[in-house]
Amino acid sequence: MNEFIVIFIGMALINNIVLVRYLGLCPFFGVSKKLGPALSMGMATTFVMFIASVATWPINQYVLIPFDVKYMEIVVFILVIASLVQMIELFIKRTSATLYNALGIYLALITTNCAVFYLTLWNSLYDYSFLESIASSLGAGIGFTLALILMSGIRERLDIADCPRSMRGLPIAFITAMMLSLALLGFGGML
Amino acid sequence: MDKFRKQFIAGIIVANPLFVLALGLCPTLAVSVTIDNGLAMSGAVIFVLVASNIVVSAIRKFVPNMVRIPIFIVIIATFVTIVDLVFQAYIPALYETLGLFLPLIVVNCIILGRAEAFASKNPVVNTIADTLGVGVGFALALVTISFFRELFGTGSLSLFGVDLFTLPVLGEHPITIFILPPGAFLVIGLLLALFRRTGVTKSE
Repeated sequence: MNEFIVIFIGMALINNIVLVRYLGLCPFFGVSKKLGPALSMGMATTFVMFIASVATWPINQYVLIPFDVKYMEIVVFILVIASLVQMIELFIKRTSATLYNALGIYLALITTNCAVFYLTLWNSLYDYSFLESIASSLGAGIGFTLALILMSGIRERLDIADCPRSMRGLPIAFITAMMLSLALLGFGGML
Repeated sequence: MDKFRKQFIAGIIVANPLFVLALGLCPTLAVSVTIDNGLAMSGAVIFVLVASNIVVSAIRKFVPNMVRIPIFIVIIATFVTIVDLVFQAYIPALYETLGLFLPLIVVNCIILGRAEAFASKNPVVNTIADTLGVGVGFALALVTISFFRELFGTGSLSLFGVDLFTLPVLGEHPITIFILPPGAFLVIGLLLALFRRTGVTKSE
């Protein structure tokens, strides 16, 4: 049990996928202007990360490794993620209109979210067991959501702040990200 | 030829993928620790960008509209696998430092963005001009960021393993934060603001 907690905390805080590993930056800057959408994006990404880890683990263990075609993992994983996201989108569209309205537009964006792809490669690189890769996917998802929520809270306030004209928008968002990232570095020696 | 030149230059300045459009940030921030890494990453991205878009442009008349995105992704992933294997075989040291960020070129939005917006609608020659311009613009931005990060973060500059120079005070007491994750955000934020202040790009 202990090692799952270590992997979870490691992924969520110490190696926070956005602020320490610089992944998923496009949604991080693109969807963090308001708190509501940021939360939806975070949840949708966590969900896709979980499903992607569950789906790629057996493919890696029972197809790629036994047949010695591990060099194909880039092509295989990205195809699996892209088709999974498409399937989830269709499924949600048919079953729940409210959920589709809340998450629909973000799902398409998640296909090209490098955080999801990186996570599947990371799980295969470190040879995680099935449960370990679930722990790491949940940790990464929670970490991503946390970063997005923190950022959107700050940006809602930054909108009404009086900052120099050339700093408005993206530049000040980057400086804010630097402060957040600096704060997360403090977790570095925890485990 | 004139049109070729115009398309090439547009990608470098007016539509610079990093500084103007803020695309392809993920690999940029992670590998921009030293100029060497920046150059290697740029080379890999330019190769994948140009090669995959030539293929996309060449087969654009046979690709059904419904399944175009998966097809583009498979083409890009194939070229990324080639780059990955070439790096692993011939420059293992760089392969180690770039690590998982080499496969991540697949999900670099610049490449898929160019395939979708330009290569799937234009002939091969124009596509080469467009992607080369965007690629060089990306490389320039990446090398600029890594220049500042290496200079302040280590106090010295080196190129392909040869030390160029060391700054007097910074060489002994480098500002380590520049080579840590926060430094990447700081440098790119300040550069974006600088370009807006000097009028190279437009403010919001």
